[in-house]
Order: sequence, then C-alpha cells, then structure tokens
Amino acid sequence: MAISGDPLNLIICGVGGQGNILISGLIGNALMKKGYHVTIGETFGASQRGGAVFSTLRMSTKKSYGPLIPQGKAHLILGLEPLETLRMLQRYGNPGVVCVTNTHPVLTIGALSQKEKYPSCNELKGAIEKLSKLACFVDATSIALKLGAPIVVNIIMVGALIGSGQLALERVDVENEMRNIFPPERMKLNLRALEMGIGRKA
Amino acid sequence: MRNIAEQEAGTYALLLGNEAIARGALEAGVQFCAAYPGTPSSEIIGTLATVAKDIGIYVEWSVNEKVATEVAAAAAFSGLRGLAAMKNAGADVALDFLTHLNLTSIGDGGGALLLVVCDDPQAHSSAEEVDTRWIAKIANAPLLEPADVQEAKDLTKWAFGLSEEFKCWCFLRSYTRLSHAHSGVMLGEIPQPEKKAVFDTTKHYIPFPTTPKHAILHEKLLKVQEIFESSPFNSYTGPEQPELLIICSGSGWPCSLDAVEILGLRESVGILKLVTLWPFPQRFVAKYLTRTTRVLVVEEVDPFVEAHVKETAASHSAEVLPLEIYGKNSGHINPVGEITPDGVIHALAEIFKLEYQAREASYEQMVQDIAKPLVIDRGMLWCPGCPHRASFLSLRKAIRRDGRKAVVVGDIGCYTLDIFPYGPQQSNVLHCMGSGAGEACGFGQLASLGSEQPAIGICGDSTFFHASIPALINAVYNKSNMTLLVLDNYATAMTGFQPHPGTGRTATQDTTTVVSIENLCRALGCKVEVRDPFDIKETTATLCELMRDESGPKVLILRRKCELLRMRQERKRPYRVWVDPEKCGGGKCVFCYKVFQCPALSQNKETGKAQVLEEICPGCGVCADICPYKAIVKEEIR
Repeated sequence: MAISGDPLNLIICGVGGQGNILISGLIGNALMKKGYHVTIGETFGASQRGGAVFSTLRMSTKKSYGPLIPQGKAHLILGLEPLETLRMLQRYGNPGVVCVTNTHPVLTIGALSQKEKYPSCNELKGAIEKLSKLACFVDATSIALKLGAPIVVNIIMVGALIGSGQLALERVDVENEMRNIFPPERMKLNLRALEMGIGRKA
Repeated sequence: MRNIAEQEAGTYALLLGNEAIARGALEAGVQFCAAYPGTPSSEIIGTLATVAKDIGIYVEWSVNEKVATEVAAAAAFSGLRGLAAMKNAGADVALDFLTHLNLTSIGDGGGALLLVVCDDPQAHSSAEEVDTRWIAKIANAPLLEPADVQEAKDLTKWAFGLSEEFKCWCFLRSYTRLSHAHSGVMLGEIPQPEKKAVFDTTKHYIPFPTTPKHAILHEKLLKVQEIFESSPFNSYTGPEQPELLIICSGSGWPCSLDAVEILGLRESVGILKLVTLWPFPQRFVAKYLTRTTRVLVVEEVDPFVEAHVKETAASHSAEVLPLEIYGKNSGHINPVGEITPDGVIHALAEIFKLEYQAREASYEQMVQDIAKPLVIDRGMLWCPGCPHRASFLSLRKAIRRDGRKAVVVGDIGCYTLDIFPYGPQQSNVLHCMGSGAGEACGFGQLASLGSEQPAIGICGDSTFFHASIPALINAVYNKSNMTLLVLDNYATAMTGFQPHPGTGRTATQDTTTVVSIENLCRALGCKVEVRDPFDIKETTATLCELMRDESGPKVLILRRKCELLRMRQERKRPYRVWVDPEKCGGGKCVFCYKVFQCPALSQNKETGKAQVLEEICPGCGVCADICPYKAIVKEEIR
C-alpha cells in the first residue's frame, strides 16, 4: 500500500556523480504528468563528485509547495548510498518514514584516508531499520556491476521504489519519462536496470 | 541543457528556476544575453545558449560579470532587450558599472536591460553570502524578488516591460532555493524577435552633470514606486485582522506557508508576500500594518524588507497602532544562512508561546543514540584523476624544499577544495575571484619591508581571464616578486565546464580565437614556464627555481585537461593501474591514500596494503609516479 500524505515529502539522496538529480527529475516529471503539483529542491553545494547530494521532492494534489522539507517531515527516503540514507533520517526521519536504499557504500574521503571509520554494512542497516517504519534494502551497486554498468544504480533504485509500492507511480509512467531523457541506444540497458530494481523489492 | 523553447505555450512543464528565468526572458523577446558562469546562476545562460541559434538571438559567456553587464547594456542602448546574469559575487564585480548606468537612461529606442543575480544564502557554493538587494538601493534600480518558479518566469517577462517603460535597468534577485528548485510552470508564447539593433547617434548617454541626473533618477523611481504600490505580484492571504502579520519575500514565503500550516495558525496569522521590493511600496504595506499589532518579517540574509517595514511604520505612525516588529533585529529570524520552514516555525512558536517538537522525544533520542555516532561527514575533495591534486602535491613539496615559509594565496575554482576539511590546506589566504594574483602581488612586494617569504598566487584558467590580469600587470609594473600558478584545466570546471577565452569555443559552440595565457603573460613581461602537473618532479623543480628568482613576477602554467572533461570526450582510461603488494609499504607508508588522497586509493583491510578501487579509478596513472616504494604499476591501455 502506498504511503499517504499531502504534501507527500520524498527525499532522494546519494553522492555526487550517482545521478541523483537525474532521477529526481524523472520521478518529478512522471508524478506531474499524473496530475500532482511537484516541487523539487536540490542541495549539492560545490560537489561535482564525491560530496553528499540530496533532492527534496514534494508532491501535492492542492498546490506547489516550497522546495524545503521541514525537519522530521519526510514520508519516503530513496537512498542511493546507505550512509546518506542514515544522514537524511537523522534530520528528516520520523516513526512513520519508509526507506528504500542501496546498501553498497561509497566510502568517504576521510574513511579512505583512514582518518575516520565508515560504519559497517550491518551497523548502517540496523540503524536505518530502527529509525524507519519500513526499510527496503537493495544491493543496487552489485546488480549494476552485473549489468556491466555502475552508472545505472540510480535507475535500479527507481525500480526498487516502484517495486516497493510505496509511491503512486507505475512502471509505465517511469518508462515513458525515461524515453524523454535517454537516447534510444541507452534505453535497453536502462529498462533492464529498472526491471531488475522492480524485481528486487524487499 | 535541454531546449526549453521547444515546449509550447499552454504547456505545464517542470522547470528549474533558472530555466524559468530563461523562458521568461524568451517570452519577453530578449535578443542579447550575457553572463559569467557562477553557481547558482549558470543554467540561465546555459539554457539560453542552447536555444540561441534556433530562435536567432545572441548569447555569450563573457570574460567577467562587469563586461557581461556592459555588453548587454549596449544591446539596450540599441533598442533591444538585453539580459545579464550572474551569481552574488558577480554583482560585486559589476557594481561600478551598475551604479553609473541608471544615471543615464538606457536608450530611447525601446530597449530594456534586466540584471538577474542569484544570491547564495548559506553559501552552498560561494565564499560569501552577500545580500545583493542593497545594490538596488545603491544603484537606484527597481528590485524584484520572485517567491516561486512560476513567478520567476512571469516576473522576468514583466520586468523587461518595466525596464523599457522607465528606460532604466531592473534587478531580479534570485537565490539558491529558487534557481535550483524545479516546479510546475505554465508556459507562454515565445515571440520571434525581429527587431534590428540601431543606435541613434544624435543622442548622448553620459552621467554628467551627475547631481541633476541623480535627482531625475529619484523622480523616476517615485513613478516606479507608484506602480509597485498596486502590483498584483504582491499579495495577502489570511484573516482581515491578523493577530500576527508575516511580511515575507523570496524563500521566506514558502517557508512561512509551511510554518503556519504545520502550527495550525491559519486563523490568526496573515501572510503578506512582497515581490516588488525597491522602491518599497510603503502605502501598500502600511495598509496591512494598520490591521495588526504584531509583525514578523521573514526574508533571506539581511533585514532589507525589515528595515523598510520599520521605516514605513515610522512614516505612517499616525495611522498604525503601536507595533511589535519581530525579525532579524529581534533575534527571531537568523540574520545569516538560509531561511528554512523550521526557522519560521521556531520564530512563530516563540511569539505565540507554543511548544513545538519536530518529532516525538523518543524518536529524537533514538536519532541521537543510533544515527549520530555513525554519521560521519562526507568531505569533498578533487575527483579521481584531477590535475589539481598533483599540482598541490608539487606545491607542497616545493615550499618544503625552499624552506622560507612561502605564503600561498588561493582563489575561487575547483582548486579552492585545497582548504576544505580534507584538503592539503596549502593556501594561507583566500578570498575572491582574482585575489590570488592581487594579494600575492602585495606579498611579493614586502621584501623591502623585511619579509623573507616567497609569495605564491594561484588562479585557474577561467579565473585568470576573469580577474587576474590587472593584478599581474600591477606586479610587472611595480616589480613584485610573486609567482603565479595558473592551474589550466581547459574549462570553467566547477560551474559545469563552460568555455572561456582560452578554449577557442563560444557559448553557442562556434570556434573562435584562442587567447593564449602564456603569450599574454610573456607580452606583459613575465617570465613564463609551462608544465604538465602530472610531471611532479619537473613541476616541483620549476616552482623552486621560480621562487628563488627575484626578477619580478613569474608565471607557471600547469596545464592538463579536467579529468571529467577528458573522460567525457575520450570515453576511455589511458592506463590500467594496480598495486604490487610485495613492494607496497602499507601501513608504514600510507602516502598514497592518506597524503595524496585520491579517492580511488585506499588500504585493503585484510592485507594492510594499498589498493586501487577499479570502479572509481579513471586510470590517469599519476599515482604510479608518487609512490615512494614504486609499488603502484600503470600499464597503458591500447
């Protein structure tokens, strides 16, 4: 059953370079064509690659809301990276929030250089589970590597979001939007990625 | 950038704030657009450049914001509609021209000029969070601040008409949460611009005699104020006599709506949204001030509206009741950083003495106990394969070898990441575009006053053209012993790879003359060397040599293409790179992953040796040359 709320506040988070902004637009356009008012805010600071990036998407049947989600008011978090999902829960989480997240880490620069510790996969999953009403975990990066294209993690996660049934969005809505943004030669791979994501619901 | 002109009138489209501004300009019949890139403003010209040839308008990336404004003004003087766009700091650069411009009219041929400035409250991607709205007052220009994406489009279109009517440039203030927000926009018609540029040479547009012209400008603004007093862009929602009146602008509007809704205060709080901010619509605001006794002003950065609300209350003191005015000065609204719904919620909760918790206490406690210990910062550093990482390693080595405590002056670009928390922190001083050269020029002049420290300035290729050249000429003229490092990566990389005068390409992808940095510097009389930053040995040696040379300014150009740009163009890795665990010093060395810090290098937890993360490594191979144990191997990929 889809989660409810008006406005419904969706957060899409990840790391620079993971294609977070692309899928926010994809989801936003698909929702708008279904008749919702949609506003998306993007927070990416100075990051080209490697910094934390998140989009806030607010949908409503009544009006266009502002782009910022108040603290503790997320309904749904779509995470392309588990530490970023937890970071969003820290600020926007509440007992009713649903998370759909990739479990594969992108290590921080501090962790890579051994200056601090990146939490273990189990620590992250445990924390995300405790702070959500429902948490769907998907190892999207491994699926993407199997498809030979690490770049499609974002589309796999859109698939996982549809598969979770938490958002009023059908596969066909997303496929139609994908045709607007990907050149024909890239469609096959991305449709496959979407399908793999849908099948991987928790 | 997508083609926003393809979308037909009557379509309800999801547009980025900056795309909406571009669309509004097109719907107004803009014919000449110019800008220097800067986050969060860059997509305005990026979008217009994409459609320029289809529609038949002129779009350029200018060398800096002052020039962008000047060239766009020329179009206005010739009867066309011109637009100049920039970020907050860019408006500072253009300020000299802006304060002079409205002292003359902007022509009598029906032209118009709109300045769009995108402020960056919270400094998400800036080194300052200046509130540029004050420029409207300083320079006597009508100021408009849209509060959502639809309004950004509509107001842009309308502002051209205002500029044309009053023959003065108008100021549209955007900000990060508008420029970088997407929302639904109802699109209008784009006319086919057919007007020819003609300048009437019987006319003269000069600011002299200045004082009488200043007086004429003030009279003109009084007329603009009359229009603003009844502008439909300003609006009120709420009870007839609110217990509290929120007066807001820009991002303050959606944040106030959220706050009032969440606290359930719709019956008692009214919201007055102001869009036409200067000249301030005093009578319009006074009308609402008479209906309440408490006012909260919500706006981003400085108390600009707040100051004018207080001024309005004072000049209408006979009509209004004694007022409590809350805002920045009272401490209810943060005078720094961006406005958030939570900021307004807390202000209202304090005024109405309400208890507000964003979420229940038990959940908050869980967040503190479970999430907080795990969530580490995700610092930002250069991309894998970035030439700057190697350049800064050489800089560090050269300064140590030289041993005289060289002073390093940084600048604005990707290389600013040097001073971010995980960066190598070589820059001692860093401020704004071009100050790398300017301040280094001063440090290089201090030998006669006792300094024994070499001076090193840094700039990028785009920054060099933007603001470093006058400082370099100053260094030549006054014989400053500075060394300027020009980190040339063939692009304005940080803002999205926009071309610049050194790239041989224009905004609309035409080929053009390449302005050679080295030829220019040599012509000025500087000693110039060019090195590949990946040749760390040679770069370090050259830098040491230049620091010892006391014959005046020296320029070292470190030239290598931005890795993101290279990968985009070539789509392949030059090398396969791996670590030979037999040779690797592992935990007793740590140089590659702890000092050099390429994100593709880390320590294998099991073996303790360094490893290359295949999925991240772009195969630049520079790490093979920095490894003290010669344990990193690179093999050319054919």
